[in-house]
Amino acid sequence: MLELTQHLVNGLSVGSIYALIALGYTMVFGILQLINFAHGDVFMLGAFFGMYCARGFGMGQNSSLGALLLTIVVAMTGCGMVGFLIERLAYRPLRRSPRINVLITAVGVSLFLEFAGQLVFGSSPQFFPQIYRPSFDLSIGELKINPLQVIVFGISVTLMAILQYIIFRTRLGRAMRAVSFNHDLASLMGIPTDRVISYTFILGSSLAGAAGVLVGLIYPKVEPLMGVMPGLKAFVAAVLGGIGNVTGAVVGAITLGLAEELLVGYWAPTYRDALAFAILILILLFKPTGLFGVRRAEKV
Amino acid sequence: MHFSKMGGKSVLLVWVALSALGGCTKNASDSASQSAATAGDDVIKVGEVGSMTGAEATFGISTHQGIELAFKQINAGGGIKGKKLTITSLDDQGKPDEAATAVTKLITQNKVSAILGEVASSRSMAMAPIAQSYGIPMVTPSSTNPKVTELGDHIFRVCFIDPFQGTVMAKFAYENLKAKKVAVLRDVKNDYSVGLANFFTETFKKLGGDVVIDQSYSAGDMDFKAQLTAIRAKSPDAVMVPGYYTDVGLIARQARELGIKAPLLGGDGWDSPKLKEIGGDAVNGSYFSNHYSQEDKSPRVQDFITEYKKAYGVVPDGLAAMGYDAAKVLADAMNRAKSLEPADVTAALAITKDYPGVTGTITIDAKRNAVKPAVVLKVQDGVFKYQTTINPT
Repeated sequence: MLELTQHLVNGLSVGSIYALIALGYTMVFGILQLINFAHGDVFMLGAFFGMYCARGFGMGQNSSLGALLLTIVVAMTGCGMVGFLIERLAYRPLRRSPRINVLITAVGVSLFLEFAGQLVFGSSPQFFPQIYRPSFDLSIGELKINPLQVIVFGISVTLMAILQYIIFRTRLGRAMRAVSFNHDLASLMGIPTDRVISYTFILGSSLAGAAGVLVGLIYPKVEPLMGVMPGLKAFVAAVLGGIGNVTGAVVGAITLGLAEELLVGYWAPTYRDALAFAILILILLFKPTGLFGVRRAEKV
Repeated sequence: MHFSKMGGKSVLLVWVALSALGGCTKNASDSASQSAATAGDDVIKVGEVGSMTGAEATFGISTHQGIELAFKQINAGGGIKGKKLTITSLDDQGKPDEAATAVTKLITQNKVSAILGEVASSRSMAMAPIAQSYGIPMVTPSSTNPKVTELGDHIFRVCFIDPFQGTVMAKFAYENLKAKKVAVLRDVKNDYSVGLANFFTETFKKLGGDVVIDQSYSAGDMDFKAQLTAIRAKSPDAVMVPGYYTDVGLIARQARELGIKAPLLGGDGWDSPKLKEIGGDAVNGSYFSNHYSQEDKSPRVQDFITEYKKAYGVVPDGLAAMGYDAAKVLADAMNRAKSLEPADVTAALAITKDYPGVTGTITIDAKRNAVKPAVVLKVQDGVFKYQTTINPT
């Protein structure tokens, strides 16, 4: 029983990290129908921005919540800017091109960030200073719960709620939905579509930045290729939940986290990564809209 | 108007991309031109393949510095048969396919007469068939998987092999730590780790111990809690994690987080300053087997440490010592060989006997492996403390 409960706790915490990344994926897809493959690498940049900022506080012998918040803000700002630049330089010029061109560009941007990262940061793994160590302990006897992971879970759910609010209750959100529904028509209605798309990228990328810092804190090893696997997993999570759907992304991510954990814990640890892709294939075959997705009439 | 704006941006992108590429090629040509400048009839060209970048960069860099130091000393002492040794190093970024490309390039384009490298068994196994097919002798400093030298009679190593290393840790766990139940957590993507885990398990069971759970992960994973939770449920006396330092740091942290207090055990893949950096306090009290200890008081070892510190400003790790020994053993064979033809060097390498290396006395056996003792080190407050030496039987 203890073992199972521990597995569930672990699964939830891995899932909430996937969720943070998946939110950005799903937002961009919701608006542009573009799978931004560079998203996982923006997450990696977030971890590095966070690491350099955290080093500014010294190697973090004293734990401080303020330092953590500031680091998150720095990483979010940095990643927001990177997201803005990626969209401006790589995707916007291709707005009128066939979708496959944009998709290939997304892969290119992803590779560019990975290898430029190796050049700039060096490819050897680096230590993320432990700037914040919660003083409270949530463990119940032998059931170990890392408070940081509870924080990550809380942040994922909160961000999901905030995004939901932005998308359905604000002017920006209405504009986003309009652009998502029909780009050209939205622009005829006087919606500055380019600006709305920029906002979407900034928002999505800064979420990845926050995820980068939190992951760096929990798994204090950052390297330029760290975004690849989590990025792919988050993508699978977004598809599982119904890509374009914010609630779906979080539910999909947590489902994936739990499924992986139970698979590794009880059955076949070597199939951890295969599981995510098996889910992807099955979802695309049998329910392409995902758990929460709604089928939309194909526009011609 | 709109169009020209776009053009400007694409130009900028291309420029950024090119300058990034330019950075890479510049480095590569630097080392190449260096060797070309000194190339001539009076030099012996030796090629080296290593992971200078990539996740296991400290392996490649340490080994390279060890080799460089050895060559400097040999050249200062007059070189070999009146010729100076030069080293051409290529980076494989820690990827087996890159290692294979690099070794082909060294042999066919740089015309090297011998190859030094790799550290990782997976990469040495990608290189060995190529060196073998060209008949060029290859000496790996620290690939411990037994299959490496089975790939051809031109392939040698100056380190012990995993059946021995696995025995060392199994004996140490059973006899010194009095462990009866151990757990194994291996990296399935890594030939070295899988081999070492198997040999450890085999010996530990033979000694009368019990391997209560055998779990695995893939290099580069971030979360190991699922495996560790399963391991915790069996409450083992020790956990054998024969992976590389890159993952072990995180594994140790998560094991402690889950309340696993049993010591972790490992092999020479742990040997890097990064282990302590990433693992922090969590790796304290863990043990691993290695090629040499910095605490060894023999003048041979202490002289090497002094020289290395003078050249690079850091204390050499085990891989630097292995790189140094590999280079010295190769040079010794070249000295003894009838000529510098690859076949003669291979023949001389095969009969290397009692070579006094810093990592122990090196004798190459019939399977082209070195037979020598291993040391067990304990991680304690940021240093690797010497525990014991275990001799081959």
